[in-house]
Amino acid sequence: MSIEQVVGLYNYWIVVFLMMTGFYIVIARTNLIKSIIGLNIFQTSVFLLYITMGRINGGTAPIIPAVVADAHAHAHPADAHATDGPAGHSLHETADELIYSNPLPSVLMLTAIVVGIATTALALALIVRIREEYGTVEEDEILELDRYS
Amino acid sequence: MTTFPIIRVVTKLLIPYILLFAFYVQFHGDFGPGGGFQAGVILASGLILYGLVFGLPAVQSVAPPRTIERLMALGVLIYAGTGIATILLGGKFLDYSALEHNFYPHYFPSGQHLGIFLVEAGVGVTVTSVMTMIFYAFAGRNSVE
Amino acid sequence: MSDHLPILLIVLPLIAAPLCVLVGNRKVAYVVALAAAWCTFAIALTLITQVTRSGPIHYNIGDWAPPYGIEYVVDSFSGFVMLFVAGIGALVLSYAPPSIKAEIPQSKHYLFYATYMLCMTGLLGICATGDLFNVFVFLEISSLSSYALISLGRSRRAPLAALQYLILGSIGATFILIGIGLLYQMTGTLNMADIASRLDTHHGPRTMLVSFAFLTVGLCIKMAVFPLHRWLPGAYTYAPSVVTCFIAATSTKVSVYAFARVVFGIFTPDFAFEQLSLNTGLMILALIGIFGTSITAIFQDNVKRMLAFSSVAQIGYMLLGISMANQSGLTAGIIHMFNHALIKGGLFMVAGCFALRLGSVNLSDWQGAGRTMPWTSFAWVVGGLGLIGVPLTAGFVSKWLLLTAAVQSELWPVAVLMLLSSLLALVYIWRVVESLYFAETSQRAADAVDAPLQMLVPTYILIGAILVFGVWTTYPFDLASEAASTLLGAPTP
Repeated sequence: MSIEQVVGLYNYWIVVFLMMTGFYIVIARTNLIKSIIGLNIFQTSVFLLYITMGRINGGTAPIIPAVVADAHAHAHPADAHATDGPAGHSLHETADELIYSNPLPSVLMLTAIVVGIATTALALALIVRIREEYGTVEEDEILELDRYS
Repeated sequence: MTTFPIIRVVTKLLIPYILLFAFYVQFHGDFGPGGGFQAGVILASGLILYGLVFGLPAVQSVAPPRTIERLMALGVLIYAGTGIATILLGGKFLDYSALEHNFYPHYFPSGQHLGIFLVEAGVGVTVTSVMTMIFYAFAGRNSVE
Repeated sequence: MSDHLPILLIVLPLIAAPLCVLVGNRKVAYVVALAAAWCTFAIALTLITQVTRSGPIHYNIGDWAPPYGIEYVVDSFSGFVMLFVAGIGALVLSYAPPSIKAEIPQSKHYLFYATYMLCMTGLLGICATGDLFNVFVFLEISSLSSYALISLGRSRRAPLAALQYLILGSIGATFILIGIGLLYQMTGTLNMADIASRLDTHHGPRTMLVSFAFLTVGLCIKMAVFPLHRWLPGAYTYAPSVVTCFIAATSTKVSVYAFARVVFGIFTPDFAFEQLSLNTGLMILALIGIFGTSITAIFQDNVKRMLAFSSVAQIGYMLLGISMANQSGLTAGIIHMFNHALIKGGLFMVAGCFALRLGSVNLSDWQGAGRTMPWTSFAWVVGGLGLIGVPLTAGFVSKWLLLTAAVQSELWPVAVLMLLSSLLALVYIWRVVESLYFAETSQRAADAVDAPLQMLVPTYILIGAILVFGVWTTYPFDLASEAASTLLGAPTP
């Protein structure tokens, strides 16, 4: 692997770095809040993984530009040939040349983000309740308290 | 709640624009980036800002928790109801083409457009209320020490 | 309307959930939820009859043709799993009111029913969908609602147990998400059948291996396979009784279903078992799990915790069947999913009855309850016999099939170990029976009476089903063997 290839994959390195950071925090921390933060970093790395795979070099946002959309709306199939002048021609070309990024991974991630928010909110709500019960958010202290109760 | 006049005045100035922006994102979602989820979060952030500055009772008198809870359910029902409506109209579940109508077609959205509009409206309502509810759930807790 | 049954199965509980919140009255909410649950069961029953009569049913959401749109597929395997998930869901809900009245504050009841319905939606959705990303979404719907349900438990440890489950469950879900992402990157599609047809399992890139590893580990966490089962005992022990009944009977089985789909439907057993020899690994884990957790179960004083450890062991039996990857092994694994759902659901329901009357699930408080609560105690005996695998119970059928499958595959050590492990089940079931019938009556048990009819009748329906399906084996066997052949004949290019 040449150095260009390694650097060229920088987006994946970021993903892997975040993923490992998050995962390590989740398993290594006994503070409940911190493990939830780790979980969030872990999930975010996956969002980046998806979004980075949907990106196409030179691709635009997957929205049909107004010019092209108008041309489609006004071009009647019957007289399409009649008005196939220079203006119409260039329009067709722009429509063909446009490269759109893949919107699907981003859409999927929107769903995954919602799931992530729900998870975080639920986790924090549980932590609030745990703190009300035990007065601490350190997991080992909680287990200690349970042992003597 | 707080006596910082700058924060209070700036908040009052900001909130209308936040709400307006939320509605823009909601309704422009049919044509460009945006949609119910983003709009809902922005709208809720307006409410939460109000709650943070003017206190929980103030925001809860604007949006009572029970109402927010009902709206939460209502949004899901709008979404699912759209699906059921398309079934009743003879299409598949969420087949928006079944919503095609000729009732003032230039003023009311029709078909796919109407379908996505309704679904996004449902999403917007639910997300707004869920976000507000989360805020209530945390803000309503008494601190333990 | 009958064309729309696959989607109505999911949408019905999904609509019932917000309706419960909207009405906000616990009695009305209960009626709504109960009606939805039984209708769902009726739909599942209709679907499975349709499938056995005329083959798999495909349904395109929004009329978008697959692989572009989301497709729901009901075949004999998913139909079978849906059938018992919906059935047990409805039955547990019928049993619920007295128990949750005692265990959950009344102001939260309507929210409980709404969350329960959402959990059911998620579990049924996993079975129904043919879209891999949808599997993830439904998995999270069911998991999130079960975390919430578990945290409703009376004990102060319930929130911590739910949180531990949440952290592990979210790691699992994220692993699954990574696996799905890598698969999408390779094939550009999310439809499971389409992925299978585009994936070259013989000369594919290494990404495939990575994706498979992520999916397997993720699903193993959700299934609570032996070394990854740490979340399960706490979650089952501290959840409200009703929640434990439902989750223990359905949730892990649905994850097993998803695992089987991924292995057989997408990656093909040839890739997973021949090239990777995952089966040996799974078999060893399953056997260690069966012994390790069964022995742990023997030393538990908390009956719910004991049953929870036993659940981990039973997951091992299902994996054993699946990892044999032949017709008889798979049939045994699938039928064990069904039987174990009945047995474990039934036993947890009995435990719920005791918890209601005795206010405790500790064995020492149950002593002598056999004399004061004869009906409830008898239900435990029958359910326990099923768990051990005594002839004429459903447990015997699945163990017998597993045994014959192991012998057919010439896995003699596995067969011997399986027989030995049944003895362990005998020990921990007997401990409870002994306390119930032959011990000094404890303070609590002395003035207890049998559980109310509303709880006893559903319990006996489930316990009765163990006996019925122990004798009338043809119905589940035919379904399971058809499901197994569907899986083995899954679309391979």
